Amino acid sequence: MKKTIRFVLNGYEVTAEVAAHKMLLEVLREGFQLTGAKEGCGQGECGACTVLVDGLSVNSCLYPILEVEGRSVTTVEGLLGEGNRLHPIQEAMVENGGIQCGFCTPGIVMSAKALLDEIPLPDEARIRRGIGGHLCRCTGYVQIVESIRRAAEKMAAQGERDS
Amino acid sequence: MYDTRFVGGSVPRPDAPDKAAGKALYIHDLIRPGMLYGKIKFSDHAHARIIHIDTSRAERLAGVRAVVTGYNTPEIRIGFIKDNFALKKGKVRQYRDEVAAVAAVDPDVAQEAVDLIRVEYEELPGVFDPEEAMAEGAPLVHETDPRGRPKVDNMVPVPWKFEAGDLESAKRSAAFIAEGRYETPLIQQSCMGTAGCIAEFDLQNNLIIHTKTQIPFLAQNDFNQALAAMGLRGKRTRVIVPTLGGSFGTGLDTHGYEYIAILLAYKSGRPVKIVLTREEEFTALSPRQPTRTHIIQGCDAAGRLAFREVRMLLDNGAYTSWGATTPSVMMLPISSLYRVPNVFYEAKIVYTNNTYCQAMRGYGNPQAAWALECNIDQLAETAGIDPYEFRQRNANVPDEITPMGLQITTCGLDRCLDTVAEKLDWKRKRGKGGARGVGMASLFHVGGSGRVYRSDGTGVIMKLDDFGCVSVLAGGVEMGQGFISALSLTAAEALGVTPDRVSVLTGDTATCPWDVGTHASRGAFTAGNAAIMAARKAREQIFQLASEHFMPRVHANLKRRRKRDPDFELPDFNYERLCDPSEFELRENVVFLKEEPENPMLRVPLEEILRAAHYKEQGTMIVTEAFYDPCNQMLDARTCRGNMSATYIFGTQGAEVEVDTETGRVRILKFVAAHDVGRVINQQTIKGQIYGGVVQGLGYALCEEYKSREGRNLNPNFLDYKILSAPDLDFPIEIECIETHDLEGPFGAKGVGEPGLVATAPAVANAVYDAVGVRITDLPITPEKVLAALKRKKERP
Ligand code: FES
Ligand code: FES
Repeated sequence: MKKTIRFVLNGYEVTAEVAAHKMLLEVLREGFQLTGAKEGCGQGECGACTVLVDGLSVNSCLYPILEVEGRSVTTVEGLLGEGNRLHPIQEAMVENGGIQCGFCTPGIVMSAKALLDEIPLPDEARIRRGIGGHLCRCTGYVQIVESIRRAAEKMAAQGERDS
Repeated sequence: MYDTRFVGGSVPRPDAPDKAAGKALYIHDLIRPGMLYGKIKFSDHAHARIIHIDTSRAERLAGVRAVVTGYNTPEIRIGFIKDNFALKKGKVRQYRDEVAAVAAVDPDVAQEAVDLIRVEYEELPGVFDPEEAMAEGAPLVHETDPRGRPKVDNMVPVPWKFEAGDLESAKRSAAFIAEGRYETPLIQQSCMGTAGCIAEFDLQNNLIIHTKTQIPFLAQNDFNQALAAMGLRGKRTRVIVPTLGGSFGTGLDTHGYEYIAILLAYKSGRPVKIVLTREEEFTALSPRQPTRTHIIQGCDAAGRLAFREVRMLLDNGAYTSWGATTPSVMMLPISSLYRVPNVFYEAKIVYTNNTYCQAMRGYGNPQAAWALECNIDQLAETAGIDPYEFRQRNANVPDEITPMGLQITTCGLDRCLDTVAEKLDWKRKRGKGGARGVGMASLFHVGGSGRVYRSDGTGVIMKLDDFGCVSVLAGGVEMGQGFISALSLTAAEALGVTPDRVSVLTGDTATCPWDVGTHASRGAFTAGNAAIMAARKAREQIFQLASEHFMPRVHANLKRRRKRDPDFELPDFNYERLCDPSEFELRENVVFLKEEPENPMLRVPLEEILRAAHYKEQGTMIVTEAFYDPCNQMLDARTCRGNMSATYIFGTQGAEVEVDTETGRVRILKFVAAHDVGRVINQQTIKGQIYGGVVQGLGYALCEEYKSREGRNLNPNFLDYKILSAPDLDFPIEIECIETHDLEGPFGAKGVGEPGLVATAPAVANAVYDAVGVRITDLPITPEKVLAALKRKKERP
């Protein structure tokens, strides 16, 4: 059975005709061709599919599409600024070796964003917990944690300058 | 030692921004027009005769475009000794056997169709333990060998045996002897991006396949053979490798699903995509093979190793892939880690009805190191020598030839050992009790590629454009390890341009030069060397062009200057030198005269020279190529001797642990890794390789285990198959790269992809022993095993 839903996707109002049983990830990837969020397991175990719904990070592979009605969804594609400017978290991941195969990266970037939005300068343990729902087979997490720490510092410094 | 500008720095990788932005395209993200979705029906039994396959209901389902079985398609043989088939006929030998497949317009329909396929079986007794499989009267997994001759046992016809010196007399005269039995479990590579492919045919019936592989050119050959079996002899295959979500050895062989996609694409006339689900990735890909090892080592009274005897049993599973060749690499540390004159090594590989095995990062070395390095600690203890001291006493040295005929060139093992001891504060912390302890383990691995195929070659093409930019086309594969980064830095360095001018293009058999595959930590080593050779040729041509271009240009410049400024005095140039190619140098995109590097009159941007070459009369262009095949040897099939690699790597890892004697939990307090890397190419990526390796190794040590019952996997998901996550790693991991500057390596570098995880598990086990005096001999070191061992120790102190 198809239903029409309306929500905000990366800042734009969108509508979609969706089968009611679909999960958000499938609609993003197939319906909107936003393939930044990845399917690593499809069952809530790896975090590769993480997106933000109303600012909170969720596993979109387990998030029923009907639940997004009226909400705001941000995917990794939504972080990119004009002229392909990377978000400071993405930039820090690039600069500090937080990326190898990159399959886990979009998900981790989104969780890092949710974390830093909530706690601007988390300590290392908090960063590790903040990405605790993500699996990365390549990096051993060391440079990812380092990237997020650097991003936090940079964003905090930026914020101070702006205010 | 080389003086370098870019090699050795710490820079972001060129492929990172796209990956950060979610724009890199993995197999999951690719769509071809008209594409269908394939789904495979796997066996319901570990061992059974196929009586009948009924696909009629699947065929009638709306949206289904093709249904294939072993009975309606040509037989396609696959695997290292061709004992496997893309689709099974007659009999299934493991749960993951492919009995049928469908292609449909969407994944849901494909799944529904697969569920409608009915297979009637007659169950056969299975054999799941390699020792039982060797017993008299065990059920035969294969009744015939690949050539159709009857088989009388379950032995895989790939035996390995290495002997050096006189084991028996060494055993008799040894002062101290230690013996142990060690086991390792199946390990799933656990790539975050699951495997998959899209197969399609062009109108001439040539195959184009996008697929997750580490061996595009060998795969091309495999697929061509499949085309021949399908009656398409002479048709071509083009393999295109998308961005890989990790690989770790999964891509070293071609897989049933790839051939099935090919069959479905041919039958339906449409592109067919098969991507494995996470569960299928666990149950239908080949994990790292499990081993059982019996090891005895002995030393003289001074603690010098006298002999080493290793007997190993490997569970092959139902078919043979490259896993069966891992003893060739296990043999390296077994024969050559530390100086040991008398060695016996034998590996038997046995068919069972378990999932068939492949190689994973380390290629057998982690299994060998587990037995070897735990047993070294046992021996050191028996001899009453500190294990660090014991290792130092036996450490390899530069310019050594080992009993296997391996020619060690550079060797940083002593420095690796010292570094780890120092960073762990060994002297103060070793043997202090209180449920805390330190332990170490070393490794030995190929570092200058490894000749497992007759060729160990790799090609690189360098193509220079109008703008002074360079395309480096390489046959190797980027799977996350940093191949592109290492190659772009090496190419830039060798050519004399800045790295931002270099684009590395890989993963397309139609445009990239041949390469034997990205394995054996060889990518950066072999392609780097090929790039240096291709750059040398390009530089010759550039300097030739410069010698034609410089004089008229300088002349014209001077004239123009004179015109503007009549007082300008013509400098005193040696014009002859401007016409001599050997007088030029290229650095950071500028061609200049060697003798006068700073003279602005005599500095010309590279692009100017290249453009002039394109536009001049009878113009020319610069495209160079090189094929690097290292000076190593294939093992002699009979004696198992030969200098397999052009250089070797060493490393030592150490752990400080605390054991909770109530729960048995092992807590790591600190982990240290010191690796002889030859030379660092990119600090950032090399650290990434070692950190990542260490954490995989810690998973191997502490929690990873692919569990099966009667051939069926019991934990095909990340809740039940635990890989480490960030919060588990609440301790420092310290890395030290020891540079030994190998003459054979590109700018001195050795391979580094695999070693990070080789010595990790024994380092942890040795630390646990130091902490609480119990030795865990089968991985992983779980709290249950530690508790049980502690209990046993208490009962029988
Ligand atoms: S794909 Fe959603 S958690 Fe793995
Ligand atoms: S970078 Fe490969 S899974 Fe994280």
